[in-house]
Amino acid sequence: MNTRKFIERIGEKTIDAIEEVGYHFSLLVESFYWLLVGPFVKQPVRLHYIFSEMMKIGVLAIPVVILLSFSNGIMMAIQGIVTLQEFNAESQVVPGIAYSVTREFGVLITAIVVAGRSGSAIAARIGSMQMSQEVDALRVMGIEPVRHLVAPIIFSMLVMMPILTIMADSAALIGGGLYTGFVLKLSLGTFIDRCFDVLVVYDVMQGLYKSLIFGVLIALVACSNGFSVSGGAEGLGKATTRSVVMSIAMIVMVDMIFTYFLSR
Amino acid sequence: MVVESESTKDELVIDVQDLVTYYGTRKILDQVNLQVLAGEIMVIMGGSGSGKSTLLRHMLALNKPAAGAIRLFGKDPNKLSAPQLHAIRQRMGVSFQNGALFNSLNVEENVAFPLREHTRLDENTIRIMARMKLEVVNLAGFEKLMPSQLSGGMVKRAALARAIVMDPSLLFFDEPSAGLDPVVSADLDELILRLRDAMKVTIVVVTHELDSAFRIADRILVLDKGKVLILGTVDEVKSSDNKRVQNLLNRKSEDVIVNPDEYLQRLTDDLAGL
Repeated sequence: MNTRKFIERIGEKTIDAIEEVGYHFSLLVESFYWLLVGPFVKQPVRLHYIFSEMMKIGVLAIPVVILLSFSNGIMMAIQGIVTLQEFNAESQVVPGIAYSVTREFGVLITAIVVAGRSGSAIAARIGSMQMSQEVDALRVMGIEPVRHLVAPIIFSMLVMMPILTIMADSAALIGGGLYTGFVLKLSLGTFIDRCFDVLVVYDVMQGLYKSLIFGVLIALVACSNGFSVSGGAEGLGKATTRSVVMSIAMIVMVDMIFTYFLSR
Repeated sequence: MVVESESTKDELVIDVQDLVTYYGTRKILDQVNLQVLAGEIMVIMGGSGSGKSTLLRHMLALNKPAAGAIRLFGKDPNKLSAPQLHAIRQRMGVSFQNGALFNSLNVEENVAFPLREHTRLDENTIRIMARMKLEVVNLAGFEKLMPSQLSGGMVKRAALARAIVMDPSLLFFDEPSAGLDPVVSADLDELILRLRDAMKVTIVVVTHELDSAFRIADRILVLDKGKVLILGTVDEVKSSDNKRVQNLLNRKSEDVIVNPDEYLQRLTDDLAGL
């Protein structure tokens, strides 16, 4: 009896999960539909909503992204120098930092900051609109909620995530460079020169590709959790938490998969 | 009485046929039939859990029926393409129970919102039209307030202004008097009647307030546990000898006949070891 219930539970959860993935996918397809086709069927995605989302998702996140990436760069320099000293290879710290920042840590830190800042805000905003029937109000006015609420977010993510990632990369390299220069008596200019010697465009692009994927992931997870809010304030809190936890978990796992295919 | 022009006489605006709907496995609406004629005020009544809000959501094409059909202006919204559905929806206005004003926009922007989305009018025209509708609902001078700064009655009136800004021919009210004191609630009823006469609009009101229902209704539909109890004019409903209807009108709770065995069964249902 209990085994049967257990298997039933697994089945139910699997169906829920597949449904959720399907819902994410339909949100994505619909958003692109409105972004591309909307202007021709008198349902354009409004520019001022896009700008306001870009401001909230991107511009306002710049200080914290830069601060965290800068600290991360210093941290990697400290660890790198200590580890490499054992092999008398401290000077190799430059390519170490350069590769891991551009391929991994720049985009990872950006994604986690955006998931925490904007993912939660988006889920809470859409969730409370759902609760107060504002989403229904949009629908009965003949305005598609996906076009009005989701499409501007997806578009802003696609623009702002790469920009934030480049800023994060730069901040981390400068942080790492300053510390390395301080310890190994290397000027920041030399450090940056040597970074550019080892880096190829592909390294930076790898981070940028991932930033696009992560941005879309954060937007979809946050929006779908927002739309699925039910059960009052408690439900809203749950959806917000779930959106942040889910998007960060997915970011790290998707990152691992991508790294496997891109870096070998 | 009902003001009708020749062309709209007896025209069916809403046609609900044998509507059945479930929430999970629970049957919410069971074989509901309802025809709303152009220019009339139809009030849908019933206690909580009677299915009246669900019926409203179906008429707004927010839910899909499990069986049966709905026609709005002669068309089934569930079979229309998105642009066709949008076109129908632009002929409808809805005043939600708690207003559903957009919290990020002020009163005037809320009212102007449908115009900005659906028309190509210039900014000044839009603002003038929004203010005209705010005058209609006696909210002139409150344009710049945010929804959170409004009282309950003002929220409902602002929501009404937004609902009528596109000059709809069909208007829905979800619990217009819920949460309002009797005086404000009576004012809102007056407003609904005035709107019907001035704009010749068809109105569907969902409410559980008897006074308000009798004041504004041309016809009343009483729902009970998902079924139509009675559908008729105010007088027909008042003089109905159906016991359930009378209970509802006299605010008496339903007589429940207690079966001792069932009662015991219910109390001990999912307790272990009994």
